[in-house]
Amino acid sequence: MPKVEIRSESCKSCGYCVKFCPKQVLAISDKVNSKGYEYAAAVKPEACIGCKMCGVVCPDAAIEVYK
Amino acid sequence: MEKIYARTKGLRPDVVSGFCPGCMHSTVIKLIGEVLEEMNLMDKAVAVLGIGCCGLQMEYISYDNTTAPHGRACAVATGLKRANPNSLVYTYQGDGDFASIGLGESVSAANRGENITVIFINNGIYGMTGGQLAPTTLLGMKASTAPKGRIAEEHGYPMHMCEILNQLTAPYYLERTSCNTPQNTLKTRKAIKKAFQNQLDGKGFSMVEIVTSCPTNWGLDALKSLDYLNEKMLTEYPLGVIRDNG
Amino acid sequence: MERVFMKGCEAIAEAAVRAGCRFFAGYPITPQNEIPEYFSRRLPEVGGVFIQGESEVASVNMVYGAASTGTRSMTSSSSPGISLKSEGISYCAAARIPMVYANISRGGPGVGSIQPAQMDYLQATKASGNGGFEMMVLAPATVQEAVDMTVAAFDYADRDRNPVLILCDGVIGTMMEPVVLPEMKSDEEVAAIKEAKKSWAAIGHELDYEKRGWIQPGNWSTAIMQQGNQEAAAMYESWQKNDVQVEQFMIEDAELVIVAYGISARIAKTVVDKYRADGKKVGLIRPITVHPFPYKAIENLNYGQVKTILAVEMSIPAQMLQDVAMAVKGRCPIETCLCSGGNIMKKEQVMDAVAKLI
Repeated sequence: MPKVEIRSESCKSCGYCVKFCPKQVLAISDKVNSKGYEYAAAVKPEACIGCKMCGVVCPDAAIEVYK
Repeated sequence: MEKIYARTKGLRPDVVSGFCPGCMHSTVIKLIGEVLEEMNLMDKAVAVLGIGCCGLQMEYISYDNTTAPHGRACAVATGLKRANPNSLVYTYQGDGDFASIGLGESVSAANRGENITVIFINNGIYGMTGGQLAPTTLLGMKASTAPKGRIAEEHGYPMHMCEILNQLTAPYYLERTSCNTPQNTLKTRKAIKKAFQNQLDGKGFSMVEIVTSCPTNWGLDALKSLDYLNEKMLTEYPLGVIRDNG
Repeated sequence: MERVFMKGCEAIAEAAVRAGCRFFAGYPITPQNEIPEYFSRRLPEVGGVFIQGESEVASVNMVYGAASTGTRSMTSSSSPGISLKSEGISYCAAARIPMVYANISRGGPGVGSIQPAQMDYLQATKASGNGGFEMMVLAPATVQEAVDMTVAAFDYADRDRNPVLILCDGVIGTMMEPVVLPEMKSDEEVAAIKEAKKSWAAIGHELDYEKRGWIQPGNWSTAIMQQGNQEAAAMYESWQKNDVQVEQFMIEDAELVIVAYGISARIAKTVVDKYRADGKKVGLIRPITVHPFPYKAIENLNYGQVKTILAVEMSIPAQMLQDVAMAVKGRCPIETCLCSGGNIMKKEQVMDAVAKLI
């Protein structure tokens, strides 16, 4: 099953991955990294289709995708 | 399970960049790293960084780079490439660097048909220095040095660099892209790859102008900046191939 | 050994090529146009690169780039054009990039006059650009010296990883004299010079973050910046110890010592000869490196014997005078013999100045 791995320390909470995921897999979580950003996380991981649009659009190369 | 999207080796694995949330500088820098990796050019690449937020990447990217005086990246790149034609030399410049202080060097390098690649980040504002007027600031768009917004009678009109360079005979490839959607981000990646391939093939001057947002100095969050980018910036700076002699 | 009758500017260019210079970028400005013109013909003959840059600014930046690959690179200009290069030179100094440039100086300030002057002394030796960096500055008084200094400049630049300036006035630049040119470096020697700089050059390296070629004209870390400044300061101090060059002519029993450099020194020397023929005890101290300045040579004069120092410069206000005064430390009066604005110092003017003092 495809999945995404988000490196929380690199995430700056911009919201692009959340916006562009076609399956609403991701959301900004309420967890905070060491820089104070509420990082994105997979809230519906089972819906992931491995399209990797989240990885493509992430400015900080914080997302890696597996299929 | 296989990894189908990885963080490129072009970025240091353990470094968080200094760019703001949603800043497309880091998106483009990521794409450049991916392209260099894919084309096996990591050991040939020399980036010439302009002054401004561009310089935030100097400790983020993994490969050779230099920093040019403000605006002079195209001249520095000319020297680097002519003295060492085997390297893959590209400039990475913002709108002030490329189109204001560096306008002379940019147009002259393009006019000479220097076999370099220009990555021109157009976000319509000066980032590092706190939001001053840029040659590409839109009419009506506010800047810290144009508090009432850009007024044609006082500040002139936004400059369209792809179209300006398109007046010259020598340039080989000029394309304007954006990273406002995943599809356009992939198109940007493709354009960068094409531009680098042109250099390898000795075709002469290539430029990819990438229209981006600057959330911090636009005074909007990352997602609202995307809206402004889509509605306003892309109307002024339409995406597409302006010239492709290939 | 080949002996050729050459104009100063062209001799500098030929000497550079023989010393292994394979990149030149420059912009036309009187009185040094022969330098880019000569390079434009000569460099393609040796597989080098010549570019007429779109400005002096663009040219120095092209050199910054080319020199960053390890290629021996040069630019040149005259006074107002040298001002334009300030930032580029400062970047080369900060980033530890070896390069050579020449100022064939003319009247100033501003666009000034196209005729020769020595009005860039303070700019050249104290403040060539922002940030307090220093360079070795060599001041030829003959076309032969211009040739020899050009060769030496590239060696100093590589040794120190720093810009080196040849401060050549418009007289030496445009006059013709017989010169012995240096041996031409072979292609292998030129390649070896470039190869020796591979570790730091911006030419592409195998992926290894620690070993990449990272040219740094500045750094986000103030600690790293200060460290770099400290290393540079130590290097500049070493020049004062090891690299001062000065000519001391007839000073052993001199009661009047002229201090002059470049074309002024040449003229002053003939005046010394004339007065010595009449039994007058006149001598000359000629800085050959104007930076590092030969303070010790002037400091160590016997001030019981020397009654006056006469500083001769083609500059109003006097500029080298300040360094002379620092060395004399008030132990005897310093008089000046000056002209400027493109006027060339006349022998008669120097003779009159000496006559008033002897």
